[in-house]
Amino acid sequence: MDFQTYTKKVVKHFKCPKNLGKIENADGVGKAGNQICGDEMVLYIKVKKDKKGREILSDIKFQTFGCVAAIATSSMITTLAKGKTIDEALKIGKRDITEALGGLPKIKQHCSILAADALTESVYDYKSKNKLPVSKELKEEHERIQKQTKEVEEAHKDYIKFERKQFH
Amino acid sequence: MKKIYLDYAATTPVDPRVLETMKPYFLSKFGNASSLHKFGQEAKRALEDSREKIADLINAEPSEIIFTSGGTESDNLAIEEVVYPNREKGKHVITSKIEHPAILKTCEFIESDGFDVTYLNVDKTGLIDLKNLKKNITDKTTLVTIMTASNEIGTIEPIREIGEICRERDIVFHTDAVQAFGKIPIDVKKMNIDLLTGSSHKIYGPKGVGFLYVRNGIDITPLIHGGGQEFGKRSGTENIAGIVGFAAAAEIAKKEMKKESARQIKLRDYLTKNILKIEKAHLNGHPIKRLPNNTNFWFDFIEGESLITHLDFYGIAASTGSACSSKSLEPSHVLLAIGLKHEQAHGSLRLTLGKYTSKSDIDYLLSVLPKTVKKLREISPLK
Repeated sequence: MDFQTYTKKVVKHFKCPKNLGKIENADGVGKAGNQICGDEMVLYIKVKKDKKGREILSDIKFQTFGCVAAIATSSMITTLAKGKTIDEALKIGKRDITEALGGLPKIKQHCSILAADALTESVYDYKSKNKLPVSKELKEEHERIQKQTKEVEEAHKDYIKFERKQFH
Repeated sequence: MKKIYLDYAATTPVDPRVLETMKPYFLSKFGNASSLHKFGQEAKRALEDSREKIADLINAEPSEIIFTSGGTESDNLAIEEVVYPNREKGKHVITSKIEHPAILKTCEFIESDGFDVTYLNVDKTGLIDLKNLKKNITDKTTLVTIMTASNEIGTIEPIREIGEICRERDIVFHTDAVQAFGKIPIDVKKMNIDLLTGSSHKIYGPKGVGFLYVRNGIDITPLIHGGGQEFGKRSGTENIAGIVGFAAAAEIAKKEMKKESARQIKLRDYLTKNILKIEKAHLNGHPIKRLPNNTNFWFDFIEGESLITHLDFYGIAASTGSACSSKSLEPSHVLLAIGLKHEQAHGSLRLTLGKYTSKSDIDYLLSVLPKTVKKLREISPLK
């Protein structure tokens, strides 16, 4: 089974995920979908200013539908980003997440993109809600992720429709 | 820590009685069955005794059993060595969408070589439609291959009826019975079967042994050439210890089948009834026409690999048709064929029982599964 090739850190984060759940009055909410396997992640952030006036991610939580690697990378990005300034958090890339977990099986590399995308989206959401300036780079990233998430939803729209009919 | 094995469809442990019968064939009775001396004669006798025991389980003649290295080789042999010799007659093969990769990949291979293959649909319980089969037969069809029972969802196909249709039209009928052989009664004569694949390690025999039943009168050419063993149809020095073990396992299976399948059906239905009490849990496959040891479910909003990993933490070995547990990222072709959507196939759980499964094993599973499902649903943003 694949999880036999997961590192101890991956298994630890999967077994007891950090920062799991929802923040009810979140300052920013980011959603990302994975084109490849259909995984989905939602990330919630609270933003506070520190003494120097920098914006800090004071709280962060997530919910994920996905495999072992998707849950572990979700948990890891929240621990990496918590307490960081927004600019520092945006610099956390898929490689940082993978490295912090001691590596991921090759076929699971794409899972780390999901986590990084959800974080980017939550920051974009915070900035646009508060009418703060958005850098060109962040805007481009946001557009790319939006396009991708839409494609995932499009690919699974039959299921989403079926699910709504069946369960709501 | 408990260790509970609920993945008997993947493989089974060797029955200790089987191992005992095998031991002398590694040590003192190590002869080559083709040798003329006493060592050879001893091996030859063991080989032919084993052939009889295997034949006995499916009501075949011993001369109709060809030993191979396992199910995959038998499936390859059955397809390729029927369709190529008959290619003047026609180049059309019929199979189903839910076959094992040993069949599907071989079909893809012959397709790349100019053959036409029809992949029959199945209904939502996994059954093929006999009318649809008839409709797809043409005068170019030389082979129909449909599995006896599904390895994933356990559905048992109407083999006797399929055999009848093929016999009437003079088309060779092969069935992959890897999951069914030794678990449910099979009679190749009554069921009109021309070729049948069986495997040892699914019935408490050793790995690396299987057979292909080839009805007398059906011509197949060899896939493996050499010294002309197995009636010239499969060369290579026979794996005597493995074959002896396989035959012992088949003999035990025959003797214990009735009692053991009744016991497993009872356990299976107990398990199913209780799992379906979990909110938004669903059964895959047919409620009645299914193998005594197979259950398969899907749980909304849950991903299969995460689920079986949590069960593994509890010491329970299970399996999933989820994309994320395999080498590919596509979910199970079987679950998609019975109409499940991507996410539903993603959340599937296969639990397969065996002769060493007890009710207390099932009760242990039932004590941990609901809380595991609940935990993963709490993590999931899908609601």
